[in-house]
Amino acid sequence: MHWIDYASPHSVREAVDLLNEAGGSARPMAGGTDVLVQLRANALPDVNLLVDMKNIPELNEMTMDPEVGLTLGAAVPCYKIYGNKAIEHAFPGLIDCASLIGGTQIQGRASLGGNLCNAAPSGDSIPVMIALGGVARISGPSGDREVPLEDFCTGVRRTVIQQGEILVSLHFPAPVANQGANYMRFIPRNEMDIAVAGVGCSVVLDNGNIKSARVALSSVAPTPLYVKEIGDAIAGKPANEETLKLAGQMAKDAAKPITDMRGTIEYRKHLCDVLTRRSLQIAIDRAKES
Amino acid sequence: MPAKTYVRTIINGEHVDFLCEPRQSLLECLRDVIGLTGTKEGCNDGNCGACTVSMDGRIVTACLVLGVEAEGKEITTIEGIAKGSQLHPVQQAFLENAALQCGICTPGFIVSSVALLEKIPQPSEHQIRFWLANNLCRCTGYDKIVRAVQDAATKM
Repeated sequence: MHWIDYASPHSVREAVDLLNEAGGSARPMAGGTDVLVQLRANALPDVNLLVDMKNIPELNEMTMDPEVGLTLGAAVPCYKIYGNKAIEHAFPGLIDCASLIGGTQIQGRASLGGNLCNAAPSGDSIPVMIALGGVARISGPSGDREVPLEDFCTGVRRTVIQQGEILVSLHFPAPVANQGANYMRFIPRNEMDIAVAGVGCSVVLDNGNIKSARVALSSVAPTPLYVKEIGDAIAGKPANEETLKLAGQMAKDAAKPITDMRGTIEYRKHLCDVLTRRSLQIAIDRAKES
Repeated sequence: MPAKTYVRTIINGEHVDFLCEPRQSLLECLRDVIGLTGTKEGCNDGNCGACTVSMDGRIVTACLVLGVEAEGKEITTIEGIAKGSQLHPVQQAFLENAALQCGICTPGFIVSSVALLEKIPQPSEHQIRFWLANNLCRCTGYDKIVRAVQDAATKM
């Protein structure tokens, strides 16, 4: 690895100043499970300063308020998320992704905020965070702003984060009555692999009908793909197999995958259909239990 | 040559201070700076788990931690698992069940397995395999490792 310096600021302001002063040569680091691998692979030759986000209080926040919802600091590691009873109860969809990113050791470091900022098309946490209506809270030299998560990733490993800005936290609105969510991916192994395709979804039920739904896909486009049309089409329909078939077909149509070593276009499109039906069924079951 | 950083840690229960470059991983610091070579380097990108250590009670791959991040942390490596000459029940079970061949992955497997049994004293086979998914072994085929962990669980 080429020479890098390391800074560990203790406030958002200090971090923003460091990143802003360094120009493009600084990178924020949370768990480091992506950025250190990229540095070692010489994929970030211009980076010469890592700014550690883990000692900033706001980036470690984990606050669950029944009215306001969940505020999740961008550097909170996965294991703290699935170890939190309030999150487990209110956001099982977040537990799904936090407990399958990497393995036990990676989950000791990796954060959902980092997974989002890394902006891989296959990022396991992103589809369900989009489905849950998550919002990114960003701080930068010219102040704070909020971006809905479906607009956060702009390309392969590209995001809306501008020079000097950092992702401070993720906000998820409090779940309403009869809401359920899920993330499901397909990988050839049982764990420790990159999704061939993945689906995150959230549904709200009303007397056996789907009141509203949000579905997003991973690994089938340059960015995680929010498929708004699915929610529009199945809202008001009964939560039955026919409706799930419609959703699956729409996911298949919306996916824009490539053929690579993990799967072909046809295979991935087929997976989108199957995974969307199965994931929605789990979300519906969870909504009934909630 | 830019300055090195002074890092204060507790490793295997003892205060250990060391100097390192910010780019050096905790794995490099343990092996090359401090001389604790029990922790092994496999892939150096977080996949194989050979460099697993416990940091503040949580297992991590030391190749994906910077040495400077260890400031103020408590770290347990494979050297800290046995009590003097008395092997930890997990180490003993790995020996008795022949859960190793070449041995490169073994320190990582043992550190991970000890952490598992501290969290889940009587894990199911599924829980063992899931917890150890971040540790790769190219020799044993894993069955003997799983049996060793199950055996250790009965003796702790």
